[in-house]
Amino acid sequence: MKFIDEYQDNKLARGLAYKIAKRSTTTIRLMEFCGGHTHAILRYGIRQLVPKTVEMRSGPGCPVCVTATADLDKAIALAHLPDVIITTFGDMIRVPGSYSSLQQAKAEGADVRIVYSTIDAVEIARANPRKSVIFIGIGFETTAPTIAASILKAQQDKIENFYVLSLNKLTPPVMKVLLDSGEIKLDGIVCPGHVSVIIGSHPYEFIPRDYRVACVISGFEPLDILLCIDKLVEQIEKGEPKVEIAYPRVVRPEGNIKAWQLTENVFEIGEANWRGIGIVPQSGLKVRGKYEQFDADKAFSVSPKPPREPKGCRCGDVIRGAAMPLECKLFRKVCTPESPVGPCMVSSEGACAAYYQYGPPENLQDF
Amino acid sequence: MCLAVPVKIVSIDGDAAETEIAGVRRRVSIAFTPEAKVGDYVLLHTGYAISVIDEAEAEETLKLLEEIASLNEVH
Ligand code: SF4
Repeated sequence: MKFIDEYQDNKLARGLAYKIAKRSTTTIRLMEFCGGHTHAILRYGIRQLVPKTVEMRSGPGCPVCVTATADLDKAIALAHLPDVIITTFGDMIRVPGSYSSLQQAKAEGADVRIVYSTIDAVEIARANPRKSVIFIGIGFETTAPTIAASILKAQQDKIENFYVLSLNKLTPPVMKVLLDSGEIKLDGIVCPGHVSVIIGSHPYEFIPRDYRVACVISGFEPLDILLCIDKLVEQIEKGEPKVEIAYPRVVRPEGNIKAWQLTENVFEIGEANWRGIGIVPQSGLKVRGKYEQFDADKAFSVSPKPPREPKGCRCGDVIRGAAMPLECKLFRKVCTPESPVGPCMVSSEGACAAYYQYGPPENLQDF
Repeated sequence: MCLAVPVKIVSIDGDAAETEIAGVRRRVSIAFTPEAKVGDYVLLHTGYAISVIDEAEAEETLKLLEEIASLNEVH
C-alpha cells in the first residue's frame, strides 16, 4: 500500500541500523512514548536491529492502559443504569475494572456497543431516542478532535440523548511528570507521530530546553522508527538536544490548527487521573460549561465502590517505563491476552501485549 | 488507539469523502482537512481525515533513507 510499503524495505532498514551502530558510542536510553511505536518496534524486531548501546523503554502512550481503574469502574457503573447504551472503542471493553469489566456488564444484560468512530456513536443515539447513549471518550490529542466533533454534531442535529464521559488525556504534561520524577533517566524520546499531527512540534520544546532530552517525532513504519532513532542518536552524540520532525509527510510544526481549535472550543484543560501515575494537573480535557448537556459527568451520577488494583499487576510501572513487561511475575504465566490481568495485556497497544505477541523468549532474556 | 492509515480520496461531498485503500472503500469526514482534494492521500483516524499526506515530503524522506542506506552498505 502506498505510503506504507516503501517504509518497510528490509535492505534500507539494515543500512540504517548499520549507520546507527557506527554513530552510537555512548550507552543511551530512549523512550517510545506511544504504544503504537512499542508494537511496531517489537513486531519488526527493531530492538534487535539497533546496537546494544541503545536501550528502548515503552512509555504511557496507550489510552486504554492509562485509564485509571476508578474511571473504568465509573464507566461500568454507567453501563448498569437503566436505558443506557454504552458506546466505546474496542479494546476498552475487555479491560478488567476493580470488580467487573464492560464485557462482563454486557454479559449481565447491559447494552455495550463497540464503535469504530464517534460518528457511529452519534448515529446510535439518533436511532435510539428513548435511550441515553454514552460514549466513553478515551484517547490522546489524536482522538480528542473526533470526540469534540461528535458533541458539535449532536448539538447541531439536536440529538439530546448523546453524552460523552471525557477521559481524554494530553501528552506533553505527562511527559513533564515523568521527567520531573527522575524515576528513570532518559536521553531521548521517540515522540508520538499521530498526536503530533494534531498538536505539532512546538509543545515538546520545553523538553530539550529544560531537561536536555532529545525529541524526534516519528512515523510508525520500521524505516520511520529507525530514521527517528538515528536522529536521536545524532542529537545525543552531538550534545545538541532539540525537537525534530522525522515524519514530515503528515506532521507540520504547527499541527492541525483547525482540529485543535475545534477541540478547544468544546473542551477545557483540567486534571486527569492516570493509571500508575495518579492525578496530573492540566493533562485532561473536560467538557466546557456551554456543552454541559452532553457531559456524562453532569448528567448521571454513579457511586462505584472504592477502586482496587489487580493484584500483582505491574502495569503502572510498565506505563512509567520503570519496569519491562518481563519483570512482572504474572507475565505469560498468569496474564495472557486470553485472560488478561491488567490493561497493558488487553490493549493492542499495551506493552505487555506487544511483548507477549512478538517477543520470542530467547530475544527477551537480557531485559 | 492513535492508529491512522493512509487512504486515497476518490470523491468529495461537502464535509465527507469517499476513500479507497487496497480495494476497501470507506466514507470519512474531512472536516479537519478542508484543503483535501480528490486524488489526495489523507491519514485516516477513527473515521476522520486528520492530515493530508504531503507527497513531496514523503519522497524527500525516501530519498534520505536511500542515501543513508547506500552510504552504509554492509560489507
Ligand atoms: S503482564 Fe499482565 S499483570 Fe503483568 S503488568 Fe502486564 S498486564 Fe499487568
